[in-house]
Amino acid sequence: METVEHATDTRPSLTTLPGDDIRQILWGFADRFDIQMLVQSVRPVARGQVARLVADGGRHTHDWTDAKNDLLASFDAAGVTALFADPEYGGFIEGPKNLALALAAFELAWVDGGAATCSLAGHLALAPIHEKGTEEQKRTYMSRAIPGQSEEVARGAFCLTEPLPFVGVDTRVLSGRVRIEGWDEGEEPMLRVEKRGRFITNMGFANFVTAAVESDDERLKGTCMVILEESDPGTFDRGSATHKLVHQLSSTTDPIFNLVVPASRIIGGYTLKDGVIVPNYNHSQIIEAVFRRTRVTVGLMTAAKMLSAVEPVIRYQRSRFRGGAADAPGSPRYDLGLQQKEDTLHRLVDVWAAGEAAAALGFATAKFFDEFDPIDHRRDDIFGEGGIPHGRAGLKVLAQKRGPALEYLRLRALGPGKRDEARLAELEKDDLTQFLVQDALALVLCPAVKLWNTGHGTNVMREAVSLMGGYGITEDCPGFLPQKWMDAQLEATYEGPEAVQRRQLSLTMTNELFLAQFQEWILELRRIAGTMPGTGACTLASAMELWQWTLQYLLTHTDADGATLYRDQRQGVTFPMADALCWLLASRYQILSIRELQTAATNGAVANAEGFLNFFADLAHVQAGNAAGEVSRICTSLVYGYNRHPSWDLQGSCCHHTEDLDTLESIMPGIAACAPSVGDVVDADGSHAPKAGPCVRFTGVEGFVARRNKVDGCLTGSRLAKDRAAQALTTVMIPEALDYPM
Amino acid sequence: MTPFHIVVCGSLVPDPLQTLEPTLGPEGPGLKNEMMLPSVLDPWAGHALYEAASLATKHPESRVWLVSLGPKARLQQLMMSIAQKAKFELVAIDSSASGFIDAQSVARTLATAIDEIDGLDKNRLLLFGGCASASRDAGVTVQMVGELLGLTDQFLAVDELEARDDGSLRVLERIEGGKYLASTVRGAPAVVAWATGKLPEPPNNPQVGMQNMRTILPALQKAKAAIPNRNSIHYQEVAIPQQKRETRVVKDMSVDEIAREIADWIRG
Repeated sequence: METVEHATDTRPSLTTLPGDDIRQILWGFADRFDIQMLVQSVRPVARGQVARLVADGGRHTHDWTDAKNDLLASFDAAGVTALFADPEYGGFIEGPKNLALALAAFELAWVDGGAATCSLAGHLALAPIHEKGTEEQKRTYMSRAIPGQSEEVARGAFCLTEPLPFVGVDTRVLSGRVRIEGWDEGEEPMLRVEKRGRFITNMGFANFVTAAVESDDERLKGTCMVILEESDPGTFDRGSATHKLVHQLSSTTDPIFNLVVPASRIIGGYTLKDGVIVPNYNHSQIIEAVFRRTRVTVGLMTAAKMLSAVEPVIRYQRSRFRGGAADAPGSPRYDLGLQQKEDTLHRLVDVWAAGEAAAALGFATAKFFDEFDPIDHRRDDIFGEGGIPHGRAGLKVLAQKRGPALEYLRLRALGPGKRDEARLAELEKDDLTQFLVQDALALVLCPAVKLWNTGHGTNVMREAVSLMGGYGITEDCPGFLPQKWMDAQLEATYEGPEAVQRRQLSLTMTNELFLAQFQEWILELRRIAGTMPGTGACTLASAMELWQWTLQYLLTHTDADGATLYRDQRQGVTFPMADALCWLLASRYQILSIRELQTAATNGAVANAEGFLNFFADLAHVQAGNAAGEVSRICTSLVYGYNRHPSWDLQGSCCHHTEDLDTLESIMPGIAACAPSVGDVVDADGSHAPKAGPCVRFTGVEGFVARRNKVDGCLTGSRLAKDRAAQALTTVMIPEALDYPM
Repeated sequence: MTPFHIVVCGSLVPDPLQTLEPTLGPEGPGLKNEMMLPSVLDPWAGHALYEAASLATKHPESRVWLVSLGPKARLQQLMMSIAQKAKFELVAIDSSASGFIDAQSVARTLATAIDEIDGLDKNRLLLFGGCASASRDAGVTVQMVGELLGLTDQFLAVDELEARDDGSLRVLERIEGGKYLASTVRGAPAVVAWATGKLPEPPNNPQVGMQNMRTILPALQKAKAAIPNRNSIHYQEVAIPQQKRETRVVKDMSVDEIAREIADWIRG
């Protein structure tokens, strides 16, 4: 039988900070030279022009200044603007671009989130056209928006959010209106579009806008998205700048539009039915296709912040006491500074571990969407070919594929030799079956990245700021950490705040197609733990089993008053379970990324492979322990928290009575003396131990108790991993200075 | 206009922002954790490459090769950035890029690689490189490569090269006292070891990079391994200077005064 060596404290560890070669492997683009070049192209813009602008106080004004506007030209030159376009429209990256977009935003957000948002918003404006636009719309707007394709680059803005109380958290309620302004025989109908926007990015300079509106005219059905241009007749009022405390390098205003546009501007086109204009896509269908991709990118912006904090914090910690008369070079206080204190190291390990988990989850999801895009579009094609409309009819068709999809997952999990390979191959070729399997994952991963990375990431950034001491609350803080902390809060809010993501997860994570894949992951983690025992994979697998058991319990049980535990409106149950799932997902993808590094190391592609592997495994172990702890806490509170605590008045069978014990004493000598140690005892006069009530029994939840105990035990070694990672932080070489100004 | 065949010798050096700590190991001296440190194109070689690309643009049908000697995996990482800045063909040699390798050994390897370049017309050859290297600073490598290739017209510390319509080259070399020595040579072949030149570093352009990678990737794949001769030179000790001088910012100080102060500091 093969045995695997467990970690010892003398093994090699981190010697330098991970470079691009390591990151490319961890984040899955070592074989994508186009994307590697994009990273190298964006980085000098971020750490050069963007950083200088921040250092020079560019964030001190809400207005769109010339210096901020110059960033657009830099984005153009670095290929960021063209990134969204396919080669036929002047782009340079073939195929889906989720990973590329995510990496570009990551690089910019490493320095400033506003700069990343500025670039992202341009892509967001084009995304509805790219995803659902007609060929003519794609040709027109992609060409105009890509540098080098037209004389002047057209900039776009995406306009969904409206002034209160309209569209925001609930994107179904729109106040923006569209009606038919004129419709001459044989001519294109003309539409009047009225919309007030709120918090609209890029509006300070946008030349066109993709706006969500609802029909106010019986001759036009439902909702749609339309393209508005600044040269359209009517009002194109950019509005005043929003007084944001964050992301000041992006332009945000509250615009007002009252414009007349041709109906050909309806994104995705329209069909005429009985004299009524029926948009081919309603606004919900379009924004779902858009946000399920762009939200991942936002999540990665916060991940960049967390990881960018590591180097400045190490440098600050080490140099904290240098310059003092008493601390000579070579003394521990001079060389290590605050790194002599375990707490500062442990907290930084937590920041780094969370950053790695967030990045791993985000990039794996972005990469997943690159793989999912063709399947997603194939679904559209199949529906189009079959004349199947989106909506209920489409759902009906897909519902018929749920059985095959589940069968496919069951067969896949069985492994070679134990399954019907012919049937598996058949199901693998069925596009709609594959769509359902992947879609179930997409609908979980996207909100998970957005929720966990930005929500938990904001908390982590607070911790990073606290590690910089007083420096951390000044504008001079190296790495712009306090600015990033504030920026992270916006990232947790825009493109759907945390509640929206939790709500989506609470619905999608109970999908049996997702849960079947989740079950596969548990087995996969156990296998990984067998070959990479120091990664915390087993800890995580146990925590996943606990979450899985808890979900089934909540789905099938009621609270003390008989009310269903897991239901849409009971967010006290559903939302914490969504949070818990995100911890698990982030940790899982972190472990999977290390497996990639191990594979590359085996092939000899990594220098100091053992050191990097050991360190990243320790970080993953720390994170798995943190995730397991969080999941345990949440699950325990949900399983027990909705039961009423036993009381002395309604003691039932959970107590022993003194007189009964006395009677039994003659049969079982000593029972009266032992009973208090195994249960609660009530005396004849009703007196009892001074506490809230008899202790809770675990009847019916034995499965939970066993799994919870297992998770607790599985935390074994996680603190040793943290000690090792902390020790590595005291010896790792860092550059002499940060590679961007402060 | 005469098309040139420009061969630029240049490789990677550790990113100067990193802590560069010399150590003496069993294989000889090196920098601590050198293989893990991020690297950049040697700035001197960079000037040479950008001048070469600019010259080639002005002389249609010219070709530019970058001959790089360094660990293959690290060269590949470097190309992700450099390939975006200028059009060139890569000749990669998989070997150590350490600054502690004897310059003569490096020069022999480079000369052999240049000799083997398919399609290189030595009558049109301009051998470019840095007048020094940021890692070795011997200031002799390109001269030796030139000698080995039989190129006797050599210009050192060049800041400007003008290719005239008659095929002749006018070259400005840095000499003492902040002055230039202006020379004219009837044309290629010649060796030009660049100082900083006059051109800024081009910005990265992924579209240029994508075009370059079509030839660069195959070049990396077929990079020949070369074992550096570590026996030709013996180091007794490697260390960073123990004596440190505090930097001061002083305005209106004469050159003589600055020189006197430095000399006093060296004397201790």
